[in-house]
Amino acid sequence: MALLRSIAISSNKTITLAPSARALTTTTLPPLPYSYDALEPVISGEIMMLHHQKHHQTYVTNYNSALELLHTAMDKGDVSAVVGLQSAVKFNGGGHINHSIFWKNLRPVNAGGGEPPHKKLGWQIDTDFGSFNALISKMNAEGAALQGSGWVWLAFDKELKRLKVETTANQDPLVTKGATLVPLLGIDVWEHAYYLQYKNVKLEYLKNIWKVINWEYAGEVYEKEAQ
Amino acid sequence: MALRSVVSRKTLAPALRHYRSLTTFTLPDLPYDYGALEPAISGEIMRLHHQKHHQTYVTNYNKALEQLDAAVSKGDAKGVVQLQSALKFNGGGHVNHSIFWQNLKPVSEGGGEPPHGALGWAIDKDFGSLEALVKKINSEGAALQGSGWVWLALDKEQKILKVETTPNQDPLVTKGVSLVPLLGVDVWEHAYYLQYKNVRPDYLTNIWKVINWKYASEVYEKESA
Repeated sequence: MALLRSIAISSNKTITLAPSARALTTTTLPPLPYSYDALEPVISGEIMMLHHQKHHQTYVTNYNSALELLHTAMDKGDVSAVVGLQSAVKFNGGGHINHSIFWKNLRPVNAGGGEPPHKKLGWQIDTDFGSFNALISKMNAEGAALQGSGWVWLAFDKELKRLKVETTANQDPLVTKGATLVPLLGIDVWEHAYYLQYKNVKLEYLKNIWKVINWEYAGEVYEKEAQ
Repeated sequence: MALRSVVSRKTLAPALRHYRSLTTFTLPDLPYDYGALEPAISGEIMRLHHQKHHQTYVTNYNKALEQLDAAVSKGDAKGVVQLQSALKFNGGGHVNHSIFWQNLKPVSEGGGEPPHGALGWAIDKDFGSLEALVKKINSEGAALQGSGWVWLALDKEQKILKVETTPNQDPLVTKGVSLVPLLGVDVWEHAYYLQYKNVRPDYLTNIWKVINWKYASEVYEKESA
């Protein structure tokens, strides 16, 4: 729904739109494109089930709650409440965004998971990292070294037209590291992503996850953004 | 110990260099068996938490200390500053977990028994009741985004109890130099996931059954003297 809002420049004026004129679009949990155990033995079915049905669902639920509270606060012109809600919006909205990308970044082996990138993304990786193995090493090192909870990303910088490895803390989306960064691949290094299977050995999880990485998806995003 | 007078930008001539010994750290023993806190916290979790997670913080802290020592000796300011992240994270991990093992106690040895004496009164004064305190700690612990700790702290300066949280392995003192940790609850996923999965609130509800209020009282009485 198109929202028309003209705001007077004078700092003391507020414009109030009738509540019915503003729409609220909530979000839902996207289905997984494969069954929970399809990524075994790399990532157990138990982890995938909890990760999707509990963790991601909770981000969706809490994001929708925060959006509704935000909607109400905006209706009332309650600036304090709007600002106060940003932490919940960032954490839960970020959790939803990040996990939505993550499910697409993974693919069962029998559907092409793990097959290295070819064509343009493959060449770009060689250009920017020297080799595919060098990229993997770098992502594993950064993921292993990440303190606390977070994500490690293969990013495409649209402005500089080059690939980068970035990390974000907690559920911060990649864009918090740079407005021109597009996520090609994200690897969740929160403990819930691997602990039931790999316990404290995060590095083993990282080394193994490449067997189910969906380079086809990363390639599609790259080619679309690199035009 | 070592006296060092530093003239700006000058390094000390070899004759004035003092030799400092480096104190490294070891993993403290758990004061109870790995299975002694069941069913509140499983033996598997306690073993991994102590032998793997805490040990890794100790190992990496010692490594960072050695590198720091070398950088300081060479006058490598950049190196010194770069090491601060590893020192804070691993040193903090060691500090926090060392407190945590003392904050827990098997039921058979008094774990879960509510605080009496001075700490009990202070809790009633500052929070209204023990229940109110537990509720607040649980709520803050559940709401913590990512990894971190929730603390019952004594503010030595204001002489008041507080509930604080710290992210990752930041020790309580990063929230205020006058804060003394009485109790810390680890809310990193490794502290509960194998048993409670995603349901952190259940872990928080249950951990009170094995909280060592006696230790918290001892620290409180010593620091508020």
